[in-house]
Amino acid sequence: MEKNVIIDLRNVSKSFDGETILDNINLSIRDGEFVTLLGPSGCGKTTTLRLIGGFLQPDSGDIVFQGKVINDVPPYKRQVNTIFQRYALFSHLNVYENVAFGLRVRKCPEKEIKKTVDEMLEMVNLKGFGKRRTESLSGGQQQRVAIARALAVKPKVLLLDEPLGALDLKLRKDMQTELKKIQQELGITFIYVTHDQEEALSMSDTIVVMDSGKIQQMGRSEDIYNEPKNAFVADFIGESNILDGMMRSDFYVDFSGKRFKCVDKGFAPNEAVDVVVRPEDVDFVPVEEGMLTGEVTLVTFKGVHYETIVDIGGFKWMVQTTDYHPVGSKVGLKIEPDEIHIMPKSEYSGLYGDYSSFSEEFDELSEPEEDEEDE
Amino acid sequence: MKNRVFSAKAASAPYVVWSVLFVIAPLVFVAYYAFTGSDGGFTLVNISKFFSAYFDTFIRSLWYGVLSTIICLIIAYPFAYWLAHSGASVQRTCVMLVMLPMWMNFLIRTYAWMNILQDTGIINAALSKLGFDTVHMINTGGAVIFGMVYNFLPYMILPLYSIMTKIDPSMLDAASDLGCSKLQSIIKVVLPQSVPGIVSGITMVFVPSVSTFYISQKLGGGSFDLIGDVIERQFTLSYNYNLGAALSLVLMVLILVSMFFMRRFSDADSDGEVLM
Ligand SMILES: Nc1ncnc2c1ncn2[C@@H]1O[C@H](COP(=O)(O)OP(=O)(O)O)[C@@H](O)[C@H]1O
Ligand SMILES: [Mg+2]
Repeated sequence: MEKNVIIDLRNVSKSFDGETILDNINLSIRDGEFVTLLGPSGCGKTTTLRLIGGFLQPDSGDIVFQGKVINDVPPYKRQVNTIFQRYALFSHLNVYENVAFGLRVRKCPEKEIKKTVDEMLEMVNLKGFGKRRTESLSGGQQQRVAIARALAVKPKVLLLDEPLGALDLKLRKDMQTELKKIQQELGITFIYVTHDQEEALSMSDTIVVMDSGKIQQMGRSEDIYNEPKNAFVADFIGESNILDGMMRSDFYVDFSGKRFKCVDKGFAPNEAVDVVVRPEDVDFVPVEEGMLTGEVTLVTFKGVHYETIVDIGGFKWMVQTTDYHPVGSKVGLKIEPDEIHIMPKSEYSGLYGDYSSFSEEFDELSEPEEDEEDE
Repeated sequence: MKNRVFSAKAASAPYVVWSVLFVIAPLVFVAYYAFTGSDGGFTLVNISKFFSAYFDTFIRSLWYGVLSTIICLIIAYPFAYWLAHSGASVQRTCVMLVMLPMWMNFLIRTYAWMNILQDTGIINAALSKLGFDTVHMINTGGAVIFGMVYNFLPYMILPLYSIMTKIDPSMLDAASDLGCSKLQSIIKVVLPQSVPGIVSGITMVFVPSVSTFYISQKLGGGSFDLIGDVIERQFTLSYNYNLGAALSLVLMVLILVSMFFMRRFSDADSDGEVLM
C-alpha cells in the first residue's frame, strides 16, 4: 500500500435488514486529498461516511486508518470529524460553546480554547457571533458553525455529508470556494459527499462515482468526464449521447448506420460497445458535409450556447453549439475521432443517453427538486 | 375584521365561563376565607398560624415531597432514556404499562398497598412462609415515601420520555464525533437538552407529594401529620374553613414561588450562560 494513504476501505460490505447497501467497496484515500463521493441519493454515500466516522460497523471487510484496522474503534476515539447532513448543532449552547465543545471534552486550558475558537470563527467569517444562539442563525451561518466546530479539534480527516444541500445556489457557490480554500490552507483530507455533479467536478481532486452500493468509477475530475467507464457514469456526469455501437477493428467503430474513425482500441473485433459523444463535442455542418444528418426537434437558448435536439434515424441527439438552427431544419453533424469515446457494455447499457423523452418543461420541473437526480 | 374578533370572542366564551366558575371563583373563595375569621371580619391570625403552629408539619411535608421527587427522578431518568432509545414496540408496550395504574382509582391503589405492606400482609406472609423474620413496613415514613413514589412516578417518566424522544439523535452523533464517550454525551447533551422535561416532571411530582393527605393517612397510619392532613382535617373534622383556606393559600403561594425560581434557573441554564 502507498505510504501516504490515510484511509483505506478494504472489501467493505454493509447491509440493512437483509438488503445490501454497500457491496464490496475498495477505496484508498491519500492524506491531504479532496475526495468526493458522488452518486444519486440512496446509493450508499452517507453509509460509507458513517462507516469511516465509526457510527456503523462493516458487516465484512476492514476500515483502515493510517495502516491500522479501526473497525471497532468508537467515533470518539477516531481522528476523524463529521459535518452532518443537518448540521446537528447543540441548541442548548451558543455559537462560542458549540465551537468550544470538542476542546472542553478534551479538557484544554481556557486560554487555548478561547484562542482556537476565535481563530475558527474568524476562519469561517463568523467573528463576533460567539454569543448568538444557534437557532438565530441562517442556514449558511449554521453550516459555518458546524465547520468551525469540527475543525476546532484539528481532525486529520473531515467528513462532509452534503454540507451545502440546504443552501441556495448563490450561497452554495460561495461556500464551495470557501470550503476548497479552507481545505487547501489546512492541508487535511476532506471526504465530501454530494449528489451534485457540478459541485463534485469543481471541488475535487478525486471523484468516486457510486451507484447501487458499488463504486462505478474513481479518478480525477477530467478523467471521469472524458473517459467514463460505463453508461451510468457518462450520463450522471454531464450530458451524454450514448449509442449502441460495434467495434469493427482498432480505431474503427460503427454506430447510427455509419462507420467512424476513433482513437480507441483493444476491443475484440465486432464487439458490441456503448459509444459516448458529449453534446459540446458535436459540430453543425451543412447537410451535404455531415457525417450524420437529421432534423432539429427542439432548440433552447442557454445563454452561452443553444441546446439543440436533433432526430437522427429515431435516436435523439443533444448538441450544444453557438449556432442556431430553427426547429424543423435539416442539419448535418460532424464528430472528430478524438471526440468519440468507446465503453464496454455494462448493466447500464441502453438505460441512458437518448434524449427522446427530453423536453424543456421536464427539465425545469425537476430542477428545484434536488433529490430527483436519480431518475 | 371586527366580525372575526367578535366570533373569536364568542368561540372562547365557554372556556371563559368554565375558568371563571371552576378556577377563579374557588380561588377567590379560598382567599376570602383565608383572610377572614369565624365572625367574617378581616384577620391575619389564620395565615400566621401556618408559620407558628404548623411550620414543623410544613417542613416535614416539604422534606417528604423533596425526597419522593428526587427518588422519582433517579428512577425515571435512566428508565426514560433507555425507553426513548428502544425499539418502537418496546416503547409502545412500556408507555402502556406506565400509564396502566393511572387508569385505576388512586384510593383503591393505595388501599391495595396497605394490604400488601401490612404486618400480616402479602409480603410478610411470604417472608414468614420462607422462614424469614417479618418486616414492619406499614405506618412508617418509608411506607409513605414509597406510596408517593409509586403513585407519582408516571408523572415523572412521561414528560422525561417525551422530551428524550425529541432530542435529535444526530446531536448525540455529533457529541460522540467531537470526543464524548457515551456517559459524557449524556451529561453534556442529553441532560441539558432534557431540562424542560425535568422541570415539568419535578413540578408534577413535587406539587401533589407536598400536599397529599391520603397517602400519609393510609400508609403512615396517622403516626405523623403532613400539611395536607392538617388542611383536610380543618374541613372534615374541625369545620374551621378559615384556617383550612389560610393554610392552603400559603402552601399554594410557597409552591408557586418555588416553581417560579426553578423555571428561572432552568431558563438561564438552557441559554448556555450557566454551564453544566
Ligand atoms: N440505519 C438504517 N437502517 C435501514 N436502512 C438504512 C439505514 N441507513 C441507510 N439505510 C438505507 O440504505 C440506503 C443508502 O442510504 P444512504 O447511505 O443514506 O444513501 P445516500 O447518502 O447515498 O443517499 C437507503 O436505501 C437507506 O434507506
Ligand atoms: Mg445521504
